Amino acid sequence: MNTPAASMASAGLWTLAWRRLLRDRVGMVSLALVCGYLLIVIAAAAGIVAGDWAREAGVNYASPVFVGAGDSAPQAIAAVPAAPAVPSEPGIVDPLAGVLAELRQNLAAAPPEPPRAATLPLGGDKWGRDVLKKAVKGTETSMIVGLVAALLAVAIATVMGAYAGYYGGRIDDFLNWLYSVFTAIPYLLLVLAIAAVLNQKGTLTVILILGLTGWTGIFRLVRAEYIKHRSREYVLAADAVGASDAQRMFVHILPNVSHVVLVQLSLHVVLFIKMEVILSFLGFGVGVDTVSWGSMLNESQAELILGKWWQLAAATVAMAVLVTAFSLFTDALRDALDPRLK
Amino acid sequence: MTAFIIRRLLQFIPTLLGVVLLVFILFNWIGGDPAYLLAGKISNPEQIANIRKQIGVDQPYTVQLWIFITQIATGDFGVSWATNEKVSTIFATRLIPSLTVLLPILIVGTLLAMGLALLVAYRRGSLTDRAIMIGCTVGQSVSILVYIIVFQYVFAYQLGWFPVQGWGQDFWINLLQFSALPVIVGVAVSLAPDTRLYRTFFLDEMHQDYVRTARAKGLSESRVMGVHVLRNAAIPIVTNVMIQLPALLAGAFLIERFFSIPGIGREVLLAVERSDFPLIKAVTVYVAMATLVINLLTDILYKAIDPRVQLK
Repeated sequence: MNTPAASMASAGLWTLAWRRLLRDRVGMVSLALVCGYLLIVIAAAAGIVAGDWAREAGVNYASPVFVGAGDSAPQAIAAVPAAPAVPSEPGIVDPLAGVLAELRQNLAAAPPEPPRAATLPLGGDKWGRDVLKKAVKGTETSMIVGLVAALLAVAIATVMGAYAGYYGGRIDDFLNWLYSVFTAIPYLLLVLAIAAVLNQKGTLTVILILGLTGWTGIFRLVRAEYIKHRSREYVLAADAVGASDAQRMFVHILPNVSHVVLVQLSLHVVLFIKMEVILSFLGFGVGVDTVSWGSMLNESQAELILGKWWQLAAATVAMAVLVTAFSLFTDALRDALDPRLK
Repeated sequence: MTAFIIRRLLQFIPTLLGVVLLVFILFNWIGGDPAYLLAGKISNPEQIANIRKQIGVDQPYTVQLWIFITQIATGDFGVSWATNEKVSTIFATRLIPSLTVLLPILIVGTLLAMGLALLVAYRRGSLTDRAIMIGCTVGQSVSILVYIIVFQYVFAYQLGWFPVQGWGQDFWINLLQFSALPVIVGVAVSLAPDTRLYRTFFLDEMHQDYVRTARAKGLSESRVMGVHVLRNAAIPIVTNVMIQLPALLAGAFLIERFFSIPGIGREVLLAVERSDFPLIKAVTVYVAMATLVINLLTDILYKAIDPRVQLK
């Protein structure tokens, strides 16, 4: 990072990259979209929006407002049918009659349910929960998993790549061996195997699985950068003024390879979001009390056959817009940070 | 060449040992005693005792590791914890259905993506190019799950062009009837990323000197693109296709699951759900072995199609 004094003298790498990014219209639009999503995530995590996603606000399979109530409304109003009069047969004593009467009494005494809406902004699911709120909560889950897992993977890969590339020798051999072991197993298979062993759902589990398996590609790139940089003059100069190995690795070289790391971070957020959706869909992902785009897609499979397409559409669009924007932003970031590539 | 192959084969040993160790640590150490896992799933205590004896839970870890290595070497992983079927039989019977679906996906998908990529690379910067590239970016952003759910609903459930799911005994019925929609879905999913990638390969080649030479000596555009450029760009494309092969062996989990194809991928998913460790261990180790062999074959093939490549 450059200090104000340095940027006054001449524009640094980051200033130049930022200027190039500002000129990239597609990049700026996608950056704005990603920031919009981030705001939603922060708002959802703070409980400002969609805190009550689990409330059954509408009738079962409430239609989206723009479709209209349609035929789902009458069915819902008649949801609690009047208890049919049981023909009392003379001579046979119902042993449960007392219990039944008590139950009826309790039911009558219970406060009436708040009226359910016939339509919701983007429709409702099987239990009448608001699909829009579920999509917002799903955004929160997926983005948090994607971001944290990518940060974890990048941190692991950067430290390992730095040690392997900077020291070479035995450490390099060992870490390369670890790399070859992890890459010998197809990625999805490795993730599933670990999910099978851990055998517990949860956001943290997914983050750990993805982060601990997803470092391989970044490790190779960071390692190659460190090999390139370790004998450059500025590193030798740092050595001459008495910087320790760790200082040279993480204070002097790291800022010079951080553009590679940043682009990889961005790439992996997208990759991990996609993986989280698949894992949650299969039931190995986040827990049942958490919404994810994956669990929404899972529910929508059965709904589609009934003609209730809105949950599928909401999850698909929410995910596609974010992933497209993030991918385009990554491209723009790469172009801005390394103009030689194209 | 021989020296290269021998050296590479020797390098397999530490990697394979690493894979074995990783799988061992995961399943025997972190996974723990199968009795806890199986308590609710297998009612017969004798059977659980048998399973524990088989993997040597009571023995020290070194003995357990040795049992595991013997299992790998002999190919005898015992029986599935869930179905009592022999793991080797499961492999033998599930491989053909997997390949029936996945090889057509690979072949059709690669050819289509190559054609499309050649077209957009040739018309670089044109409206066609930009439209297809935007389409690819958006297409890649939609989850594979959505492709499967929507295609299955529209083409099988609504229009009835294909069976919704199923699998038969006859190879040709399987290939032509039951595999048709899964193959279409698989191709649709792989088309976007492959086209983008192959386009860059073609663009790299189109600016080479030999292309200018070919044009200068008056060759037709179709010959320049279809023969000269295509053959050179084929080298990275072949590598890319080979890299995808190991994942193919592990199966396209989701496609097999949705279309009820009795392949290896579906079996792995079932195994993960049922904590059927012997099966997952076997799949992981053997697919890793296959990956190493395929990587070696890729290098040799690379040499065969591009004599400039030096194997080291």
